[in-house]
Amino acid sequence: MRGATHARWAACAVAVALTATACGGGDDDSGGGSGTGDGSGILSSSWGDPQNPLEPANTNEVQGGKVLDMIFRGLKRYDARTGKANDMMAEKIETTDSQNFTVTIKDGWKFSNGEAVTAKSFVDAWNYGASLKNNQKNAYFFGYIDGYDKAHPEDGSKQTADTLSGLVVTGTNTFTVKLNQKFSTFPDTLGYAAFSPLPQAFFKDHAAWVSKPVGNGPYAIDSYTKGSQMSLRKWDAYSGTDKARNGGVDLKVYTDNNTAYTDLMAGNLDLVDDVPAAQLGNVKSDLGDRYINTPAGIIQTLAFPFYDKDWAKPGMEKVRTGLSRAINREQITDTIFQKTRTPAGDWTSPVLGEEGGFKADLCGDACEYDPEEAKKLIEEGGGFPGGQVKISYNADSGSHKQWVDAVCNSVNNVLDNDKACVANPVGTFADFRNQITQSKMSGPFRAGWQMDYPLIQNFLQPLYYTNASSNDGKWTNKEFDKLVDEANAETDQAKAVDLFQQAEEVLRDDMGAIPLWYQNGSAGYSERLSNVALSPFSLPVYSEIKVS
Amino acid sequence: MGRYVIRRLLQMIPVFIGATLLIFLMVNVMGDPIAGLCGDRQCDPATAAQLRKEFGLDKPVWQQYLTYMGNVFTGDFGTAFNGQKVTELMSTAFPVTIRLTVVAVFFEIVIGITLGVITGLRRGRPVDTGVLLVTLVVISVPTFVTGLLLQLLLGVEWGWIKPSVSTDATFDELIVPGLVLASVSLAYVTRLTRTSIAENRRSDYVRTAVAKGLPRRRVITRHLLRNSLIPVVTFIGTDIGALMGGAIVTERIFNIHGVGYQLYQGILRQNTQTVVGFVTVLVLVFLVANLLVDLLYAVLDPRIRYA
Amino acid sequence: MPEPQSTGDRGAPEGAMAATGMGGAMDLATSEAETLEKGPGAGPGGDPADKPRSLWSDAWLDLRRNPVFIVSGLIILFLVIISIWPSLIASGNPLKCDLANAQKSSGPGHPFGYDGQGCDVYTRTVYGARTSVTVGVCATLGVAVLGSVLGGLAGFFGGTWDSVLSRITDVFFAIPVVLGGLVLLSVVTSSTVWPVIGFMVLLGWPQISRIARGSVITAKQNDYVQAARALGASNSRMLLRHITPNAVAPVIVVATIALGTYIALEATLSYLGVGLKPPTVSWGIDISAASPYIRNAPHALLWPSGALAVTVLAFIMLGDAVRDALDPKLR
Repeated sequence: MRGATHARWAACAVAVALTATACGGGDDDSGGGSGTGDGSGILSSSWGDPQNPLEPANTNEVQGGKVLDMIFRGLKRYDARTGKANDMMAEKIETTDSQNFTVTIKDGWKFSNGEAVTAKSFVDAWNYGASLKNNQKNAYFFGYIDGYDKAHPEDGSKQTADTLSGLVVTGTNTFTVKLNQKFSTFPDTLGYAAFSPLPQAFFKDHAAWVSKPVGNGPYAIDSYTKGSQMSLRKWDAYSGTDKARNGGVDLKVYTDNNTAYTDLMAGNLDLVDDVPAAQLGNVKSDLGDRYINTPAGIIQTLAFPFYDKDWAKPGMEKVRTGLSRAINREQITDTIFQKTRTPAGDWTSPVLGEEGGFKADLCGDACEYDPEEAKKLIEEGGGFPGGQVKISYNADSGSHKQWVDAVCNSVNNVLDNDKACVANPVGTFADFRNQITQSKMSGPFRAGWQMDYPLIQNFLQPLYYTNASSNDGKWTNKEFDKLVDEANAETDQAKAVDLFQQAEEVLRDDMGAIPLWYQNGSAGYSERLSNVALSPFSLPVYSEIKVS
Repeated sequence: MGRYVIRRLLQMIPVFIGATLLIFLMVNVMGDPIAGLCGDRQCDPATAAQLRKEFGLDKPVWQQYLTYMGNVFTGDFGTAFNGQKVTELMSTAFPVTIRLTVVAVFFEIVIGITLGVITGLRRGRPVDTGVLLVTLVVISVPTFVTGLLLQLLLGVEWGWIKPSVSTDATFDELIVPGLVLASVSLAYVTRLTRTSIAENRRSDYVRTAVAKGLPRRRVITRHLLRNSLIPVVTFIGTDIGALMGGAIVTERIFNIHGVGYQLYQGILRQNTQTVVGFVTVLVLVFLVANLLVDLLYAVLDPRIRYA
Repeated sequence: MPEPQSTGDRGAPEGAMAATGMGGAMDLATSEAETLEKGPGAGPGGDPADKPRSLWSDAWLDLRRNPVFIVSGLIILFLVIISIWPSLIASGNPLKCDLANAQKSSGPGHPFGYDGQGCDVYTRTVYGARTSVTVGVCATLGVAVLGSVLGGLAGFFGGTWDSVLSRITDVFFAIPVVLGGLVLLSVVTSSTVWPVIGFMVLLGWPQISRIARGSVITAKQNDYVQAARALGASNSRMLLRHITPNAVAPVIVVATIALGTYIALEATLSYLGVGLKPPTVSWGIDISAASPYIRNAPHALLWPSGALAVTVLAFIMLGDAVRDALDPKLR
């Protein structure tokens, strides 16, 4: 076990050099320093290279999100288990009209470089994120705030303001937000990383900050070697209540999640938050109960090119529904995904909860596998355009090939025709996205959505509202848009949810996109760890992990 | 000889320009990389335009190429999409990959040539058949599977090695990955050596050497092997570039952050700066390797002369 | 499946010989193997004809008597037959897949079991032959012809020819396969195997070209070539009569192994989404699909890999036999 010794030595060396906590004898020294729960143990976790610089408003993928989740705390934070948005840095967020909000933040919070977190830290950060000249990929999150059209003109006209006129600092710890439309659940969106506060150091020496980001969360970055490792250590002076229960986390960059998994089995790694699909068949025998599989706010769908007359003409809703009914979701999720996906019954996600708008049977019959009905519907609707349906996906990431092949086999078996459905791989993700944004798709294509915040609004409006930013299929329906507008203006949450669900029914009746399955987060961990959980964003809840 | 080398070095200039231009155009033909940066979401047009401007993608291709080449000559290879300098990426990736290639070539030479000589001298015997069978396995089972199985057996079951290579990627960590990487080339080297040996062992000079009463060992190494090595050396020369730039599978399996991995990522994300930067260096490696091979011809076969 | 012990030598597996009905040749072959072990000089006895024959017809006569050639020829013939009429030995439909059977091992009527999508591995292996053999053989032939012609010319003429051809080779070497595939193949909409083969030839010829060039440079130095030149032989005569037979061995060796790697490369291209489009069936696609599941369903990998191995074996044997036949020193 040369390897294991190696790793422990390295970890000790790092720990001694940094925090001067006892690393001592490691496992043998259980009486001395590192018993269960004394909070000094350091865990290693798999990581991928973030694709963008680690700015909060510029990070739109899960690997960078992992780091932001550890080093930042925003106004709200989503409960790791229920997904409910709880106050974190917010003392209170008040509104009378669902359009003007007054935010009061808690006193006494600090960034790990000693700077105080004030109302200005938030306003400056949001202004930075929204301003076009900073190239922040999450800028659209600030799109509901008044003045966004000036700071970030989307029509190509010149930027006329650096800041959002809707944000005003009114005191050390208070600021006001004016939205450009009514949006009753706006406060619940504020748990997203893009809304994190930023220290002045970010603006003064940007390059230095990016090479080693500083935040206000339970961990501080100790060292960061791009492309190989980031060491985060518990920040003892952290102001919040969710202090880290371990000494720190070493994020190790892996070229492949399968290698990370093998390293976990060999005892060189503590946590893998993405069990490769190929290992799902043997994960139980490899790890026993050290494997978790919990719902995450991700749904996979098939979108249609509604800009293509053949797919949009009246009557085609029957074909689309028929296609939906020809897919044996149960069998595919069981066999291909080994139950790490759940057959979808609506267009949201179970992490919302019934109260939040999840309704497992909203799709009803239209998502139920029924070969005979499916065949009948497709025939009634006039069959697939050109007699064949091609399902497009990008071949360079994820294991999309397997499920697309399985979906096609399912459809072909239903229609008793080998070539009714064929998979159509596209080489790169960029090319795939280009074909989508340039409206060049000729048949249904893979669409996936990972929620930004656990609200039913986030599963519907960005994806199906006319011309919304992620409405890839360009589906449009006046009734749907009207219901969404009404729901956003509604202050009573239950009524709002009800309106959103009515909108979802409109989507169902036209089968604007086929819901396939809800994705789970899956993770495996070593014997040293306990209390491991995945949040609804499929991120490990690092601060709660105990290391023995 | 000296003039020949100088001439070859001068010829590198057009090849260098041609290859970089070709690669530059190819990456450009792949289309707009910006759409891939915004995840499963459409980049808002204003930000997309802004990013295009920042990476210089709004200019015509010839202008992009000239700007790029101008920068390259001042040592600036540009920036990857994650904000990292390409020179920085190269300075971490190339040393690792060079070590891996050295290990792989070492195996090709030692194991490949040894097996080749043995099988060449013992054609049709069980050892020849055995080696042929192994060759068939190596060719028909993907490296992905051999790598994975070795990693599982040696790394997890028996605990002889660490399944993943650390960032230092020292030589001892690279033994197994190097072997996996070399496996298919080993098949070529073995069979090339075998054929050459079998062919040359009947030639006049070998018979003469045997007739002179030279010891068998000396006949094999000095006379037979030396004259049989030209195709083998040629092959290894062509293989070095493939080993360095194409070790995608091996590097992924063993967590080696080398050239193959970075190049693959760069290509998938259509990052011109990364791809052209890495390929530029690889082209230089090819050119030097091929020059060395040509010079080796003259060493191995004194009848070959370069003017 | 033939016993691979027959390769690389003229020791004949008796059964194979008898099966061909060329009983008369059997004694010759065995005796020849013994003669050869004793060394050159003792040419194959019993050559009835006295009039001089060309090297090429000599080689053909030699080949016809070589059991290695016959065995490999039979395997290749078999592959060609099932490529053309796969339904002769497989009654199923390779595209009929039921997920309920996924990864099941063999059962009655399904001797090789099922793959991860619940398709019958036996049927798919049989039907995959057409694509894989076509890709392997055509790509190898294309690469070998283009590569040896260009490399041979560069090596034979040297000088400016060599410089220009070799530097072009260097530029092609620089193109990474993944990039080339994504660029050149993603624009192709044809669903036949030809674009894939063309791509392999385009990126594959430089290697053979270098090998051929090296061999020709060596062969050129031989005394008999120099002698032929001194006697005023034309370039084409020297190339065809004297140099090619002596330089062809390394090209054959590399080409026969490359055949297997091209069949596998086709899978890599498919994996990248730029190779053969579904619903094409090929060994490469099945091997690459089964690879990640090696721990759970090794049988789905074993059979297409095995088919690939037998094919490569046949062509390696064929290559060996042809090489032996062309080697004047063995005569």
